[in-house]
Amino acid sequence: MSVQQMKWSTMESYLFPFDSLICMLLGISFTVWFTLLLVFIIVPAILGVSFGIRRLYMKSLIKLFEGSPGRQQQQQMLRTELFYTERSFTLEAWATLRMERGAKEKNQHLYKPYSNGIIAKEPMSLEQEIQEMRREGAEPEFDMSDIFYFCRRGVESIVDDEVTKRFTAEELESWNLLTRSNYNFHHISTRLTALWGAGVLIRYGFLLPLRVTLAFTGVGLLVVLSSIIGLFPSGRIKNYVSDKVHLIENKPRNGGICVANHTSPIDVIILASDGCYAMVGQVHGGLMGVIQRAMVKACPHIWFERSEVKDRHLVAKRLSDHVADESKLPILIFPEGTCINNTSVMMFKKGSFEIGCTVYPVAIKYDPRFGDAFWNSSKFGMVNYLLHMMSSWAIVCSVWYLPPMSRREDEDAVQFANRVKAAIARKGGLADLLWDGGLKRDKVKEVFKEEQQKLYSKVLVGSSEDRSRS
Amino acid sequence: MGSRASSLLREEDIEEIKKETGFSHSQITRLYSRFHSLDKGENGALSREDFQRIPELAINPLGDRIINAFFPEGEDQVNFRGFMRTLAHFRPVEDNEKNKDGATGEPLNSRTNKLLFAFRLYDLDRDDKISRDELLQVLRMMVGVNISDEQLGSIADRTIQEADTNGDMCISFNEFTKVLEKVDVEQKMSIRFLH
Repeated sequence: MSVQQMKWSTMESYLFPFDSLICMLLGISFTVWFTLLLVFIIVPAILGVSFGIRRLYMKSLIKLFEGSPGRQQQQQMLRTELFYTERSFTLEAWATLRMERGAKEKNQHLYKPYSNGIIAKEPMSLEQEIQEMRREGAEPEFDMSDIFYFCRRGVESIVDDEVTKRFTAEELESWNLLTRSNYNFHHISTRLTALWGAGVLIRYGFLLPLRVTLAFTGVGLLVVLSSIIGLFPSGRIKNYVSDKVHLIENKPRNGGICVANHTSPIDVIILASDGCYAMVGQVHGGLMGVIQRAMVKACPHIWFERSEVKDRHLVAKRLSDHVADESKLPILIFPEGTCINNTSVMMFKKGSFEIGCTVYPVAIKYDPRFGDAFWNSSKFGMVNYLLHMMSSWAIVCSVWYLPPMSRREDEDAVQFANRVKAAIARKGGLADLLWDGGLKRDKVKEVFKEEQQKLYSKVLVGSSEDRSRS
Repeated sequence: MGSRASSLLREEDIEEIKKETGFSHSQITRLYSRFHSLDKGENGALSREDFQRIPELAINPLGDRIINAFFPEGEDQVNFRGFMRTLAHFRPVEDNEKNKDGATGEPLNSRTNKLLFAFRLYDLDRDDKISRDELLQVLRMMVGVNISDEQLGSIADRTIQEADTNGDMCISFNEFTKVLEKVDVEQKMSIRFLH
């Protein structure tokens, strides 16, 4: 046996002569890596200090992006139409339309002048268009040309509609060297491809592992520290300590509701890094469940069982109880109910606006040049999404805290919700849409078609009463 | 997240579509992206459900008829060529058109072909005549439940009376064209495509 042991040890020492050396190197590099991480990223984040590395990084990325697509465009210019004259024609077309018509219906969509639209739509209402179409002197009765209006609007919506494009990632004007955002992928030049290759190396070789480590550390710290805080007996000390951990003072105050537009789960992290909130959401299993339970130990959140979500009264009661308690944190709610791609704000569900407390609107706008934060939950799962997130260049977003709003006497919950939505859309530079975010998965309600039919009947019959649209 | 749409469309196809429909190169690629984004099944063809997923089209009273116009007789799928051919009807009219296609040997977006497109929305059974029933059907689609049967019937009768010249109580395509002589069809049935 001793001979075998000797044989084994000689074999080992033969096969792994540098065994201890490698272990040492690995150990050292790991420690160094971890220390760097801690020193440069985690501790400054906790203390709120910045080294300015991020700003430098962003500036160099922007220079890179504006540089490379220029080459792409030059190629396109050689081939067919001039890109920049197309752009100015789009602006002209839109501006001319506005000047010519000058009429604006209140339920028309806002147009972004820089959008790369396929068609230019006319923002005129049903009545105006049909009246224009009628031959002069004809009474308001049926004319065979009336179908032209519906026909044209129908085909326009087939070519370009306001809703379906909100549920996929936004198209960029200039390429940011990520394959996922390139729609006309073909070989432009070797230089560009080389640049893209280098980008891939950097993103997957350096940024991704960095962020994965950070993520694990962050989640681990959260769970551990929250449990420690949970051990504290009385409420006052708890609040003091959790404030320190999150660090910056609250912007929305206790006893209020914070509403924001929703693009991705990262919204929550961004807002939470800047203030303490009570989250509202469904109870999840797995890793999310662990995090949720840990968070509850530190400060009270509202987690619902799935069965409870359907019962709106129960939900409203729990929310108003939480809000009535002054010591509890403001609630964070995303009234759209689903992730939208950050080019527009869709209908706000009225539930959170019925409670009757102060609402603090927050507008969140991501800069799409660095990485797309939108989570297309019907196409990608959570893991895929996180992978995309962590291998983008950066996630850059602007957060605007808007002044608090309350419901006025003369408005109902829906009008209040629309008012808040309009404020958020205006600040964030997003299109303000009346469509429901639920259209991502569900069909549109029949009631909207009936509205159109009612409108047309009014024109046909020539009713003199002004019936309000329900 | 993005679609490599234009890499699936070959140059020869684009040239053929350009000749047939008159769209420009960039318009065709942009419309192909749109076609691709509507095609949830990713099989290179659109079905009726794909169209109905567009909310603005679903609430259009004539939505179903318009969708029907894209599908050739008895088929359930429309490919990109068919899609472009139908859309070509809505291209604005230009003076020096060199391409020829369509039932009348004229470009797809000529006044006659635009009128034919609209006529076919009424004429469901394709017998080249709009009967009183077909007219009533379309009227009912456009007004919903807001107008009574008698009133609608009298509107239909009045319309047929005005248009019918040969006394067969139906509107033929020529009578249809005559009635809409003064209407600016070129502008009303055109979509302003950019670039």
